[in-house]
Amino acid sequence: MNDPDTQDSPDRRRFLSRLTAGLGGLAALVASVPVLGALVEPLLRKPEEVWRSVAPVGTLPVGDTILVSFEDPSPLPWAGKVAETGAWLRRTGDDAFIAFSLDCAHLGCPVRWVPDARLFMCPCHGGVYYEDGTVAAGPPKQALARYPVRVRDGSVEIRTSPLPLS
Amino acid sequence: MRVRRTIAAAWKWLDERSGLGAVWDVVGKHRVPKGSTWLYVFGTATLTALMIQIVSGVALATMYVPATGEAYASLQQISRPGTLSSIVRGMHYFGASAMVVLAVTHMIRVFLTGSFKFPRELGWASGVVLLLLTLGMAFTGQLLRWDQNAIWSVVVGADQAARTPIVGSALGDFIMGGRNLGGATLTRFYALHILVIPALILGGVSFHVYLVFRNGISEPARAGRPVRPGRYADVYARYVRWKGVPFWPFAAWRDVVFALLVVLTVVGLAVLAGAPSLGDPPDPTLINAEPRPDWYLLWYFAVLALLPPAWENVLIILMPAVGVGGLLLLPFVWPAGERSPRRRPWAVGSVFAGLAGLVALTVIGVRAPWSPRFDAPPLPDSVVASSDPQVQLGADLFHSRGCLYCHRVAGFGGERGPDLTFVGERLTEEQATLRILNGGTNMPSFAGIVAPSEISALVAFLQSRTRERSPD
Repeated sequence: MNDPDTQDSPDRRRFLSRLTAGLGGLAALVASVPVLGALVEPLLRKPEEVWRSVAPVGTLPVGDTILVSFEDPSPLPWAGKVAETGAWLRRTGDDAFIAFSLDCAHLGCPVRWVPDARLFMCPCHGGVYYEDGTVAAGPPKQALARYPVRVRDGSVEIRTSPLPLS
Repeated sequence: MRVRRTIAAAWKWLDERSGLGAVWDVVGKHRVPKGSTWLYVFGTATLTALMIQIVSGVALATMYVPATGEAYASLQQISRPGTLSSIVRGMHYFGASAMVVLAVTHMIRVFLTGSFKFPRELGWASGVVLLLLTLGMAFTGQLLRWDQNAIWSVVVGADQAARTPIVGSALGDFIMGGRNLGGATLTRFYALHILVIPALILGGVSFHVYLVFRNGISEPARAGRPVRPGRYADVYARYVRWKGVPFWPFAAWRDVVFALLVVLTVVGLAVLAGAPSLGDPPDPTLINAEPRPDWYLLWYFAVLALLPPAWENVLIILMPAVGVGGLLLLPFVWPAGERSPRRRPWAVGSVFAGLAGLVALTVIGVRAPWSPRFDAPPLPDSVVASSDPQVQLGADLFHSRGCLYCHRVAGFGGERGPDLTFVGERLTEEQATLRILNGGTNMPSFAGIVAPSEISALVAFLQSRTRERSPD
């Protein structure tokens, strides 16, 4: 019984083991909370939504569909073109417009408007949509997402929205 | 003589204080089975590819600007033809391919020779994790190319992640660094690609290699010599004592010869082909993008297109989970028994089936028959082959209304729908009309799109598609 490792009482040994593991864990926790928090924090903020002017009302004939783009609500200074989002804008009446998301409802690839076929087609996995955005063929199960549109002071405005993840 | 003595003294000084000599005894002098032949070089070859990636990657990190607005310009600067930096980028590109190919080859060898069985189960499991991390590097690396293909691949990646139950959309936002692509997106992938995943890979490789020294390189698999966990340690110890050689240099020389071949191949390809071409500059408002993964993930791109839509939401998460889980659990389900491929026909068969499946899916992924051919040219007169104005009008409409994007006529057009080269022999006028108006499985209804007069022209064109065309 002269082994120095066993001279202390088992209680003391157990206490110190738990203390060491516990304090080590606490140290790791204290260090990780701000780090993980900083990574997640931008996602917890409520998405900003602003109206962006995309085109003067007069330039688009009724019935036509064009590609427009607008900037994110608060783009980072170094974002470049990536701060912009595209949309398919159609004029359906004098003051009536529809704005379709570019993102295919399947996996988000950019759909193309084919005017003569009056269809949206996706280049990735072959999703096809009718002109009102409903699914015509292929893997998508939902219609193309739409952005809120309004007309103010002679220009068409789109409200920025989160990327429509399916 | 004096130099030698000085070196010996320096080594003695170092060994006394570091114990490195004992480490060398474990690494260099450990005995390996004599039959360790050229089949056993793929692990070190994968490690060689990793070293190429680290060295070339560090160099690239000094030249690359990880800002969404600037990255593309910095890549153009790096990739100027004829520069050493473009060769370094080429090395990083071909090195990535080499690493994927060699890791998979290594894995197949270990599987076929049953080397994953007791006591090497953790070697296999850590290898599976390392392969996943390697694919993670491949995907994040492709995104750092930050061209049109890359930004849409981020969207596709976020969209897939968003299918995860409950946390899906948060995960999608986490990947993009916000609710849309933006300035925060690229720096995430940059940190993952150059810090997080490499750190995990280095840790994983250390464990993996440590296990190789701890458990030894598996002896050649012999039919009729099954692994019995209780007795294996003795059997192996006796085997390497009598039929083993020191790793250094009796086995190491093969590893180095093959490693040199890997380096020469990767550098040679980089010099000959240079940096891989960049796509169009990144711009989420340009729709002329056809996002495709690099070749080693094309098979998965095909899987995503071919999944039955009704099951997609489940399979898109479940399939990778089952695949990875199955690979991880493999050695724990079969830790003992025969190792020789001669006695494991199902193992050999599953490798062939798996490889055949991957090749087939990759070939389909390259062709992407489900994608509309936006660039299909109008049918030439030689194909239309009719002086009937109604047929000619129909042929024009067949192109302008997008039919040709998905249907093939005499080798022109897409592959999504049925080939209509001889459709006049299959469908009556009425059937063709109904099909155009109503659509069908994976075909839109053109009722509100094509005017009645145009439909009769289209049908006239379709009816003229027969083997024997009536002379006009």
